[in-house]
Amino acid sequence: MKILVCISNVPDTTTKIKFADGNTSIDTAGIQWVINPWDELSLTRALELKDDQANGVKSVTVAHVGPASSEPTIRKALAIGADDAIRINASASDAYYTAFQLAEVIRKEGFDMIICGIESSDFNGSAVGGMVAEFLGIPSVSSVSGIRFEGGSPLLTREIDGGRETVKVTAPFVAIVQKGIAKEPRIASMRGIMTARTKPVKVYEPVAADSLTTVAGFEKPAPRAACRYIDPENPAQLIDLLQNEAKVI
Amino acid sequence: MSVLVYTENWDGLFKKQSFELVSYASAVAGMMNTKVTALSIGKVDAEELGKLGNWGAEKIINAVSDELTVFDSQAYTGIIADIARAEGSKVIIFSNNISGKALAPRLSVRLKAGIGAGVSKLPLSIEPFTVYKRTYSGNAFAHLVINSDVKILTLAQNSFDLTEKPTGAVPETINVSIDSSPVRTVVTDRVQQTGKILLTDAEIVVSGGRGMKSPDNWGPLVELASLLNAATACSRPVSDEGWRPHEEHTGQTGKMIAPNLYIAVGISGATQHLAGVSSSKYIVAINNDKDAPIFEAAQYGIVGDALKILPKLVDAVKGLKK
Ligand SMILES: Cc1cc2nc3c(=O)[nH]c(=O)nc-3n(C[C@H](O)[C@H](O)[C@H](O)COP(=O)(O)OP(=O)(O)OC[C@H]3O[C@@H](n4cnc5c(N)ncnc54)[C@H](O)[C@@H]3O)c2cc1C
Repeated sequence: MKILVCISNVPDTTTKIKFADGNTSIDTAGIQWVINPWDELSLTRALELKDDQANGVKSVTVAHVGPASSEPTIRKALAIGADDAIRINASASDAYYTAFQLAEVIRKEGFDMIICGIESSDFNGSAVGGMVAEFLGIPSVSSVSGIRFEGGSPLLTREIDGGRETVKVTAPFVAIVQKGIAKEPRIASMRGIMTARTKPVKVYEPVAADSLTTVAGFEKPAPRAACRYIDPENPAQLIDLLQNEAKVI
Repeated sequence: MSVLVYTENWDGLFKKQSFELVSYASAVAGMMNTKVTALSIGKVDAEELGKLGNWGAEKIINAVSDELTVFDSQAYTGIIADIARAEGSKVIIFSNNISGKALAPRLSVRLKAGIGAGVSKLPLSIEPFTVYKRTYSGNAFAHLVINSDVKILTLAQNSFDLTEKPTGAVPETINVSIDSSPVRTVVTDRVQQTGKILLTDAEIVVSGGRGMKSPDNWGPLVELASLLNAATACSRPVSDEGWRPHEEHTGQTGKMIAPNLYIAVGISGATQHLAGVSSSKYIVAINNDKDAPIFEAAQYGIVGDALKILPKLVDAVKGLKK
């Protein structure tokens, strides 16, 4: 079994977002770029699955659509433990375009399990994983909170409203993962960082594909009214305000 | 031309969010001078289906098939795509919930329709088709232009008010065959709680953080929640420690919620936590540190010891009920 983990490169989750170019783009000055948190957990789980030899995972590859400037993120994934990487040399202009590029490479290289995170923390599109599956005409299982092997074939746990299901699908398939997939992201070891430099990164040029969406501009969330403080000795006043002022209880 | 809205059903029943979705679809259709078709997959009885007509659905379709016993994203996508084509739908609307996130991307590829995911307002304009969409986990909103002929939107939960608009539409049930997209998902096991208010559906949520000190202190928090008909939630460290179940974890790496009221007890208000709750209409913070960032996101705050304040709140709500 060959596993592919799709990774996206996003601003560190504590970044204060600022805009540039008349609010049509994000000011990238000073931004720390990290592997999208979901993708880091996906990679962690893929590596755990590979560690257990009984599962028969031959390799874990990461794929990223992005310019050469995102190479450090790819090297980080290699340092954490991915065997090799693929970079599609294009800017990920929208989900449709990005998924199209990934699907094209997956068709060429062949993978059995493709793992994508439920969303990227920058665009919050929740779309690439399902789109890749549809471009390839293969099953996708979403809201996956667990992947394990039983008798050599993968079993997925997916969240449903108020519970969970265990699901089997035929490979190849796309697993779109969320909370629960791995506990803590795996940290690169010193040796990992050393070997990452020499691991192969294959660069593909993009194929022609459409983008279906464009961002015309950004705005900040509406500011919230200042906090109104209630006397800790008289919390009943809070209940009164929630009932009669906010009218939410 | 039409606006198609996918109204999921839960064992044959709709929820408030289904009606919010139809209300939203109806308003979008109004902007486009067209009509709303609501589609539900899996057997729903006529009376329940008819309820969709109270919120503006002018056509109500129930697609049923004996072959469909589990949720299979390919098979469901096939059904929705066929009906969208038959109805000439230009805009297709889902909830931004578990099934909406599973189906919208597949349908997008099938119909070559751009997605506006997690929209929380009506489109800003129809020409060009521009939506208001959450990005950077709530730290920015984008004006996203969808350039394709067909557009798909997923609506953030609890972001649009119910608007009554009875149409008297008579539901039609159609049998669909799913040969084109065979069901390839096999469910081998299922655990599901019933009767509990789901965190993602709840209008009020009471949430505890590390400031609750110990799992043994959750009694009054749970009691307050039950008195308010609220769901319970928690911050990530709390679920990581196993103090509370993982289903309760809210935030960037947990559940995204948008209740009318979010009561954060002993939660500091880290960016990653706020990313999952900042769309709540009202936030109440109870924290003994007056400088905790949660107070910047809150409209009401109490600076003090949560363990002393919670029982008093419980009493106050009990007083209200009398
Ligand atoms: C990539 C990434 C993703 C993350 N995702 C999430 C996420 O999805 N959700 C999430 O919650 N966190 C997430 N985190 C963690 C986040 O950064 C914070 O560490 C976490 O939210 C803190 O939880 P807390 O507020 O319960 O605990 P703390 O930060 O420890 O805060 C406890 C609060 O309780 C108060 N307190 C203490 N005693 C009392 C008392 N007696 N009465 C009243 N108040 C008291 C303290 O003043 C303090 O403000 C993520 C972090 C990273 C790096």
